[in-house]
Amino acid sequence: MTALGPASRGSFGRAGARLSTLDVVAADPPVQRPADASIVARLRAGDETLFAGLIAAWSPGMLRTARCYVDAYAAEDVVQEAWLAVIAGLDRFEGRSSLRTWAYQIMIKIARARGRRDARSVPAGSLSEDGPSVDGGLFFSGGPYAGHWRSLPAPWRQPEDSAVDAETRAQVEAALDRLPERQRAVIVLRDVEGHNSDDVCRILQITAQNQRVLLHRARAAVRAALANYLEGR
Amino acid sequence: MVTDYLDGTLPDPAAKRFEEHIAGCLGCQTYLNQIRRTIGVLSRLPRDGLGDEGRETLLAALRSRANTGSAHG
Repeated sequence: MTALGPASRGSFGRAGARLSTLDVVAADPPVQRPADASIVARLRAGDETLFAGLIAAWSPGMLRTARCYVDAYAAEDVVQEAWLAVIAGLDRFEGRSSLRTWAYQIMIKIARARGRRDARSVPAGSLSEDGPSVDGGLFFSGGPYAGHWRSLPAPWRQPEDSAVDAETRAQVEAALDRLPERQRAVIVLRDVEGHNSDDVCRILQITAQNQRVLLHRARAAVRAALANYLEGR
Repeated sequence: MVTDYLDGTLPDPAAKRFEEHIAGCLGCQTYLNQIRRTIGVLSRLPRDGLGDEGRETLLAALRSRANTGSAHG
């Protein structure tokens, strides 16, 4: 899974550009990134083509991630502010993380602050964030069958290779909306946007252990919602 | 453990044991496949971008920054 996600196919690599934006945005190696340094230099010089490419490539993911903290309207503001802060802060970028991770870190700070300011009502799901895994009820916890499935997960009525229809996607979106904030942020960054776990930990400032637990719970909850929809006919 | 397995971060002996279990347990096999399919749907959700107006504002900001900073060439 590339960092861009399969839906992002902009017109990158315009004639005359030495560096294809696609090369840059897809790669997120943990070592020194000459590509990032080159991008920063070109942005400082005012390369609007390059900047437009970055905006096109990264904004969808930033918007979706911002939506974990604020509503859709505010998310547009948040991402806009984040890009302005990226431009204003170019001289301060040190390359300790990738440019994309850095941009996301900036965006998350703004999103959280805006979320607190807007004081979104907390969905009921958030209260149980640190509770037992949602999978707890699937297995016998005691007795002679401890650890065994209470009942097998039912097969889903759609064959595996069928195209994902709009209603299935809507069910998944609804399930994401119901997730506690931190679970949602992790699963969006990992599974929707394709960031790796190290970058997610940096972006959200959480430990690897936290990330693993949040991701597991989020995936289990979305799977359960899909199961409910796909088995229930 | 499912998360680690899918991430490829389970150490080999544990991954082997995990696979051996999966091979014999229909419930876990089904569950694992359903998690994989869930991730598949997540990875293909539609992704909207910033509008044209938003982009133009940002390009203008870049332009003005570069102009301000280019006094020394």
